[in-house]
Amino acid sequence: MCDTCGCNVTPGNRDLAEGRQATQVLGNLLQVNDNQASHNRVHFNGHGVLSVNLMSSPGAGKTALLEATAELLEDGLRIGVIEGDLETENDADRIRACGVPVVQICTGTACHLDAHMVHDALHQLDLDTLDVLFVENVGNLVCPASFDLGQHRNVALLSTPEGDDKPAKYPVMFRSADLVLLTKRDLAPYMPEFDAAKAANYVRQLGNAAPILELSSKSGDGMEGWTSWLKRGVAELRDNLGLPATTGA
Amino acid sequence: MHELAICQALIDQVTSVARSNGARKVSEILLDIGPLAGVEPDLLANAFPVASAGTVAEGAVLNVTPAPVRVWCRSCELESDAKVNRLVCGQCGDWRTELRSGDELLLRSVVLEDAKSDPPARRPEENENV
Ligand SMILES: Nc1nc2c(ncn2[C@@H]2O[C@H](COP(=O)(O)OP(=O)(O)OP(=O)(O)O)[C@@H](O)[C@H]2O)c(=O)[nH]1
Ligand SMILES: [Mg+2]
Ligand SMILES: [Zn+2]
Ligand SMILES: [Zn+2]
Repeated sequence: MCDTCGCNVTPGNRDLAEGRQATQVLGNLLQVNDNQASHNRVHFNGHGVLSVNLMSSPGAGKTALLEATAELLEDGLRIGVIEGDLETENDADRIRACGVPVVQICTGTACHLDAHMVHDALHQLDLDTLDVLFVENVGNLVCPASFDLGQHRNVALLSTPEGDDKPAKYPVMFRSADLVLLTKRDLAPYMPEFDAAKAANYVRQLGNAAPILELSSKSGDGMEGWTSWLKRGVAELRDNLGLPATTGA
Repeated sequence: MHELAICQALIDQVTSVARSNGARKVSEILLDIGPLAGVEPDLLANAFPVASAGTVAEGAVLNVTPAPVRVWCRSCELESDAKVNRLVCGQCGDWRTELRSGDELLLRSVVLEDAKSDPPARRPEENENV
C-alpha cells in the first residue's frame, strides 16, 4: 500500500482536516418506504388479504383486466382495488361500475405509488370483506419498480402492441415480476411480429422463473389461467398464515 | 421522475445523521448505486441541488460509486459478471442465477463538518499498518 498517492484511502479511514468527520451509515436509501411497506404487509396478513401490485406501461390493459376479473370472480374471490393515477378518477369509476370497492389515489406529479400512499388508501377499505386487494400502479415501466408497497405479488403486464422486447429494455420491472401477463392477445393476428416465446425468453434472461401467461381481457381467452393463479395465491397465503381456506376460493 | 423522491429520502437520512452527530454541515455524501436499482445517478445528481437547498446537505458533493452486476450460478456454484438484461451465468449460460450485486441503493457514508461527536472510524495514525 502506498501512503502518498491516496490509493489506500477508503471512505472509512480518511485523514480528514480538523473538524471534519467521515461517518459510516450503510443504510438503504428507501428505508423509510420499506418500513412502511412492511407495516402495510402486516395489515394485509392480519386480514388474510392477498395484495397484488399491477405494473405496466400506460394503456397495457390493467384496468380492463380488473374489469374482466371482477366479472369472472363474481361468486368466487372477493376483490378490492386501489387505483393509482396521475390525474383522473376514470379508472376508479370503471372499477366501481363493476360493483368492486375501490379507492382512488391521485398522485399528481408523482410517477409511482409509494408505501405511504397505499397505507392511507388501505385504511379506507374494509379489508375483512376482501380476499384479494389489487393495487393498480401508475402506468410507467420505470419508476414503480423501485418502491415496495407491501404487496405479496408483483404482476407485470406486457401488451401485444408494445413489442416483445420490453423485458430487455426495462429489466428492473420485469425482474421483479412474480407473474408476467402477455395481454391483448386478441390482437395477435394483426401483430404477428410479437413473438410470445421471445418475450418469455427475455424474461428468463433476467434470471426470472416467473410464470408467463397469455390472455385477452376483451375476448376472455386465457383468463382462467390468471384467475386460478390468484386462487392459488390466496390459498397459499391463508395456509402460511394458518387461516382456514376462504369461502370463495 | 422518481429520482426527486429518492433524493428527498436521501436528504432526510443525511439530515438525521448530521443532527445525531451535532454537525453543522455535510460536505460529502457517498452512495453505492447498482444499475438494477432503477435509479439513474445522473438524474439523482440533477435533482440534488433543488432537494438539498436550505438543508444541512446544501452544497455537498454527491459521490456515486456504481456497483457491478454479478450473478451466482446454482449449477456451477460460481459468481460471474453479467449485463443488466442478460443475468445469465458467465460459465455455462444458464439463466437460473441469483443476483449477488447490482441492485444496491445504499447510503455508504457522509462527511460531516464541525461534528461534536468522536469519529467512529479509526484514524490512520492509530493504524499499525500505516
Ligand atoms: N383489443 C384489446 N384491447 C384492450 C384489451 N385490454 C385493454 N384494451 C384496450 O386498451 C386501452 C387501454 O386499456 P386500460 O385497461 O385502460 O389500460 P391501463 O393499463 O389501465 O391504462 P393506464 O391506467 O392509463 O395506464 C383501452 O382502450 C382498452 O379498451 C384487450 O385485451 N384487447
Ligand atoms: Mg388503468
Ligand atoms: Zn396502518
Ligand atoms: Zn453456470
